[in-house]
Amino acid sequence: MDYAGVVFLEIIYMIAFLALTSAGLAVVFGMMRVINLAHGEFVMLGGYTTLTCYKAGINIYFAMLIVAPIVVGLIGLIVERLIIRFLYGRMIDTMLATWGLSLFLIGAVTMIFGSSAVNVPTPISGYELGSYQMGGYNLFIIFVAFAVMAGVWLVLRYTRVGLIARGAMQNAAVASSLGYNPKTVYMITFTAGAALAGLAGGVLAPLTGLLPTSGGAYIAKAFITIVTGGAAVIAGTLSSSVIFGVVSQVVSFASTPVIGEIAMLALAIVLLRLMPQGITGRFFRNST
Amino acid sequence: MITAWRSIGGVRWGWFIAFALVLLLWPLAYDTHTATVLLIWALFALSLGFMWGYAGILSFGHSAYFGLGAYVYAISAVNIGESTIPLILAILIPALVAAVIGAMMFYGRISDVYMGVMTLVVSLIMFKFMNATAGDQYAIGDARLGGFNGMPGFPTLNVPGAPHISLWGVPTYYVCAVSLLLCYLLCRWILARSFGRVLLGIRENETRCELLGYNAPAVKTAIFIISAAMAGLSGCYFANWAEIVTPSVFSLQTSSDVIIWTMVGGVGTLIGPILGAMALGMVKLLLGQQTLINNFLVFGAILIVVVLAMPSGVIPAFQKWWGNRSRRSRAPSNGGRARRRLTVKPAERP
Amino acid sequence: MSDVVETHELTMRFGGVVAVNNVNFNLRERELRCLIGPNGAGKSTFFKCLTGQYQLNHTNGRVFIRGSDVTGWRAHEIVRLGVGIKTQVPSVMNGLTVEENLWLAARRIHGWNGTPGALDEIIAELQLSEFAKRLVGELAHGQRQLVEIGMVLAQRPWLVLLDEPAAGMTGDEVDRLAKVIRRINQTASVIVVDHDMEFVRMLGSNVTVFHQGAVLMEGPCDQVLSDEKVREVYIGTRAK
Repeated sequence: MDYAGVVFLEIIYMIAFLALTSAGLAVVFGMMRVINLAHGEFVMLGGYTTLTCYKAGINIYFAMLIVAPIVVGLIGLIVERLIIRFLYGRMIDTMLATWGLSLFLIGAVTMIFGSSAVNVPTPISGYELGSYQMGGYNLFIIFVAFAVMAGVWLVLRYTRVGLIARGAMQNAAVASSLGYNPKTVYMITFTAGAALAGLAGGVLAPLTGLLPTSGGAYIAKAFITIVTGGAAVIAGTLSSSVIFGVVSQVVSFASTPVIGEIAMLALAIVLLRLMPQGITGRFFRNST
Repeated sequence: MITAWRSIGGVRWGWFIAFALVLLLWPLAYDTHTATVLLIWALFALSLGFMWGYAGILSFGHSAYFGLGAYVYAISAVNIGESTIPLILAILIPALVAAVIGAMMFYGRISDVYMGVMTLVVSLIMFKFMNATAGDQYAIGDARLGGFNGMPGFPTLNVPGAPHISLWGVPTYYVCAVSLLLCYLLCRWILARSFGRVLLGIRENETRCELLGYNAPAVKTAIFIISAAMAGLSGCYFANWAEIVTPSVFSLQTSSDVIIWTMVGGVGTLIGPILGAMALGMVKLLLGQQTLINNFLVFGAILIVVVLAMPSGVIPAFQKWWGNRSRRSRAPSNGGRARRRLTVKPAERP
Repeated sequence: MSDVVETHELTMRFGGVVAVNNVNFNLRERELRCLIGPNGAGKSTFFKCLTGQYQLNHTNGRVFIRGSDVTGWRAHEIVRLGVGIKTQVPSVMNGLTVEENLWLAARRIHGWNGTPGALDEIIAELQLSEFAKRLVGELAHGQRQLVEIGMVLAQRPWLVLLDEPAAGMTGDEVDRLAKVIRRINQTASVIVVDHDMEFVRMLGSNVTVFHQGAVLMEGPCDQVLSDEKVREVYIGTRAK
């Protein structure tokens, strides 16, 4: 019974992990059709920001929930102004440029922070579930993931800003004839996506040793999560996170974690083949 | 009459012979070991550039076939002991895998972005799989796969039929050089036929070509197979050069390297990827020897700059400049920019 | 004469919308037929069903071309039978010149050696010579349509399917087009989908009227176009 509880929590955690790390990429892809392959590095930068703040004595929650998103959001803004905005509509070129950006950021971070792993301590201690020792911090992550998903959904659905953004994404010409500059919308959206990535990175920083190459672990999973999810930002991310989270953890528990990862990747191929527009291209068509 | 089709015309024999001569005489002036790996990378880039530039197929995980070629060679060389069949297998097996993956993607009408994901995921799967095969139980025949440590100590290339006469060293360089030249000629030959023009048509407007009776998915799958075969061959040579095969042959790094080389060299030409790979490969090796500037930083910056400033690559930009300079400005501005820009406006839903 | 095109209970659904509703359609050899109807009547969907642009299965009914069951065939397989297709949105290779586009169209039928001659014929007939060497992407909409018609002709088809061929053309080009269509009709059966009444009148053929996915009426041009029911269906658009 306890074991079932453990498995269940691990699955929820995996879903939360995928959703949280993909959220930033989903916003940018779902709204602008931009694939930011430097997304993993934005997450990594969030982690390093948190680390630097922690070392400077700033409260860790403040660092990971406030400072990290702001800093990485700013970096995202700079990137958008210098690189991304020249490449709108050129999807493959954007992917290539952001791939270059990701290499660049890895190099820059390595030069600044060195290439050995650094650690941020977990602020929440573990607890016991029956006879198993569980990481309490994981619950916090699950909570943050849920809050982020709900927050983004609320903003897109119910605020004026969200409506303008969705309108500009649907039809840039109409949006500009209503007085909203689509370019500004794109800029803000990309910045928001970067900020979300920074938030994810900040929150995930205490989990493992932080390396300049940590981003690589996030990008592949985030990439397949949102592309499989399809165009709808929240519905897509959630549905694919759930599917991948469940499959990957169930297979992991049944065999080894590596097989679990491979199963998730193989499933991505199958899903993409069956639903070339992603899950929300087929189901939940008009959701956010 | 033919304008954009100038890019797929026949071989410029003058340049080709000059290039071949340079390749053949190079070992006299330069360290053969380094030169060999540059040629191997050039072949790898040619395989991607052929597929990307003329059929519009961009694989984000081309390392999958490079790595397969390397591992297939190593595994079969250990088991067979002689290098001829392993080399053939290193070409055939990647081609077979490409046939399956390619057919799945092209007959499924997978579009560019999703194809990028799929190809990426395929290479990731191979990487993770190979990484996890440490331990004695993971072996194919006599060959232990070795996990993240890789497979050392397999027999390298020998004269076909004479296992005791090794081709190690300078002879391997010449094998690579001749292979590169032959593959280049093969690509040119394919492009010069009607098939090449059909390829360009499909790249421009696949639906229209289907409405003209051409079987687009079959054509694309065929090109994908040829590209994978060449990548596999280059992987096999790489295994011979490095004398060890590790899962890094499947890495994202390898896939991104070849994309950068091809892009910088010039998508839409055959010589562009070759020269791009050799030049940037050289830069990579040189950078690796110093610790002042980080490798990643430089290549990342190069890729960004090229995408923004010369999206068609250096060679086409040069061709354009050369063309303008010689006042051949009557030619349409389409000129050497044979690569298609994939335009999907942000407002367009799929 | 046997039928060159036949559909049995052809049905096409998109979610809850029935775009083509149980249509039984026949076209005789060497016939010229216009399919008309207001927007959303299902004519283009019907057209796409005939041309292999939808993957049909047994639930969609059946389509026969010269007796062969082509239900579920892909576009290029249907084309290889000898069918020429021009879609609603001009579908041409923008990055290639007019000649290169036509070359690709003609190559499959005429072979490497016969193609240049075929090209000259088509360029002459459609009066494309003034822009034959220009990139198709640079041409005006109507000129691009003409190029696409040329590509259809290059394949020497015995069945020609044209979806809104006159869209965006100048009066002059429309005249040229009508002549070409009548010329094609001497050797091939033709279906033209359009909602431009003027053009349909110019062709003067038998007409099939679509409405809400089904065939409302079929008959000679003048008879159909002056029918009350047909006018009703067009009220709000261009009833003449």
